[in-house]
Amino acid sequence: MHKKLIATLAMVLASSTAAMAGASDGKIKIGILNDQSGVYADFGGKSSYEAALMAVEDFGGKVLGVPVEVVTADHQNKPDIASNIARQWYDTEEVDSIMELTSSSVALAVQALSKEKKRITINTGAATTELTGKQCSPYGFHWAYDTHALAVGTGGALVKQGGDSWFFLTADYAFGYSLEENTGNYVKENGGTVVGAVRHPLATTDFSSFLLQAQSSGAKVIGLANAGLDTSNAIKQAAEFGIVQGGQRLAALLFTLAEVHGLGLEAAQGLTLTEGFYWNRNEESAKFGKRFMERTGKMPNMVHAGTYSAVTQYLKAIEKAGTDDADAVSKELHAMPVNDVFAQNGTVAPNGRMIHDMYLLEVKKPEESKEPWDYFKVLATIPGKEAFIDPAQSGCELVKS
Amino acid sequence: MTTIFGIPLQALLGQLLIGLINGSFYALLSLGLAIIFGLLRVINFAHGAQYMLGAFIAWLLLAHFGIGYWPALILAPLLVGLIGAIIECTMLRRLYSLDPLYGLLFTFGLALTIEGTFRYLYGASGQPYATPALLTGGANLGFMFLPIYRGWAIVFSLFICIGTWLLIEKTKLGSYLRAATENPVLVQSFGINVPLLLTLTYGLGATLAALAGVLAAPIYQVSPLMGSNIIIVVFAVVVVGGMGSIMGAIVTGYLLGVAEGLTKVFYPEASNIVIFVIMAIVLLLRPAGLFGRDA
Repeated sequence: MHKKLIATLAMVLASSTAAMAGASDGKIKIGILNDQSGVYADFGGKSSYEAALMAVEDFGGKVLGVPVEVVTADHQNKPDIASNIARQWYDTEEVDSIMELTSSSVALAVQALSKEKKRITINTGAATTELTGKQCSPYGFHWAYDTHALAVGTGGALVKQGGDSWFFLTADYAFGYSLEENTGNYVKENGGTVVGAVRHPLATTDFSSFLLQAQSSGAKVIGLANAGLDTSNAIKQAAEFGIVQGGQRLAALLFTLAEVHGLGLEAAQGLTLTEGFYWNRNEESAKFGKRFMERTGKMPNMVHAGTYSAVTQYLKAIEKAGTDDADAVSKELHAMPVNDVFAQNGTVAPNGRMIHDMYLLEVKKPEESKEPWDYFKVLATIPGKEAFIDPAQSGCELVKS
Repeated sequence: MTTIFGIPLQALLGQLLIGLINGSFYALLSLGLAIIFGLLRVINFAHGAQYMLGAFIAWLLLAHFGIGYWPALILAPLLVGLIGAIIECTMLRRLYSLDPLYGLLFTFGLALTIEGTFRYLYGASGQPYATPALLTGGANLGFMFLPIYRGWAIVFSLFICIGTWLLIEKTKLGSYLRAATENPVLVQSFGINVPLLLTLTYGLGATLAALAGVLAAPIYQVSPLMGSNIIIVVFAVVVVGGMGSIMGAIVTGYLLGVAEGLTKVFYPEASNIVIFVIMAIVLLLRPAGLFGRDA
């Protein structure tokens, strides 16, 4: 009896791993897993799901002759909940790939699980360089940005302007540490100093106490190594405590169009930030932005545009590979250049990092903004090679082989 | 420079003051909760949503009707109070005869519905609300730069807390209220409209929550999540103060604000759990709370 059971099991396993040409279950299913109700709900949120749907529709709704379906869920920024959803998607709902994955702690957990299950993850929402560093995966891709790019972009710009001593307000989890470390290292390499840091819990509403500590540190730049509502609240409250008038500068290290919109130009004007996408950069991006706006009521930031790009590239890779088998698709994803509304001449490194240009942006003054959502001036284009870690230095074991 | 545990005295004074400011929001919110629990025996989980509603109505008044902070400080709480009264009349009232758990579940569901609706309509990122012109800027106190608006928040909340305490403990209306909850049948037989009193009580609790919401709008973003972020802490404050004790809620609100502020200096990572640690200790040593009377 036992032997028979094991034999059947072995047969089932063999038939599922021996990937035959074509889609294995008559359907391609993509899961968008992110924060839809918490501090990062506007950063990515439901709009990322819309971006994925848009990509599928633009692709024609089908690949290899089978329909493409997009499912979505809210992980509430909790790695355990996220892992449970991912497990359920893979085991019982035949989801082929999970994308977006805002929040680094979640992204690391789901990427590790997907590596074990041999499924592809394309991460557009989370920031930590660990995803393509020590914890990299042959099935894991990091698409829109990372903490290194933010450090080089925003950190670099402020150091060049004379901001050589830094104090960090850091979100107390994987992402915050990564951003603080990357930026701190960059500052030190360029002759600056880090005078201190304070760690605050995720979703803090009152920053006054932390800001007071930053103020009394005497640092020239206060680096906000946090994101979403946390950053918005910190900036707003810094204005109240006269921090900028007192001669200190704020560095919002991860700040996107969505948060600028929430904060308002009055409070956000003059901030320098780094994004992988800005809708009003050229004609093509503006056209995409307006289509997105019609669906969601807001303009896309780099997470939304990045998710559109990731879904599109994934479908292209399946088409080229002629199968949805993760090994074959991953091989194509690593080989194909990325050319779409998000990235121009993007390449995917062996560690899974998609290398593309980033943009150094400045928030406009209210009187400079000509239309709704016209928020940024493009100060500089940061070439992909500068923005992202040299794959050979990333610590990812896949690079050497 | 004088230092205490390695922290300069000046910085410590600043942090104490900031603790008091946060404490004034805890006090205002826990006051409303304590009144509703003390008089109605309802654990009002919708309190956070009512706080958020206050802030949102102030923002809507400004964005759509150009009505500024000062009128909103009166209008928004009254409106939320009215909504509270309607909820009490039409729904909550039916649950008084049942186990208190039903009231808790009902208000919890209500909170989720209200917050979900606002999140759907306005997104999770906050809406900006400017500080009123009269209260912008700050004053240099020597040991810190105090934004005038935050100073106003302390003074105003203290004024409201004391006023509410006097209303309930020292006036005739207050004595009716207290009597009506002690023995509704007897009070009714004196010709006093008890159901109306209970409606007023719930309305008053909601009004206080909304008042705190308007007061918070210029400091925090007006966000659908602002209520659920603070409500759990406020419940802890009420428990530490002693369920239903009005003075307990006020004093504990300020005390825990200061305790949280100090934690942010000495061990910031623990700042969002310190209140719950205190709650656990108080419950172990004095289950009725600091100011509660043993049942």
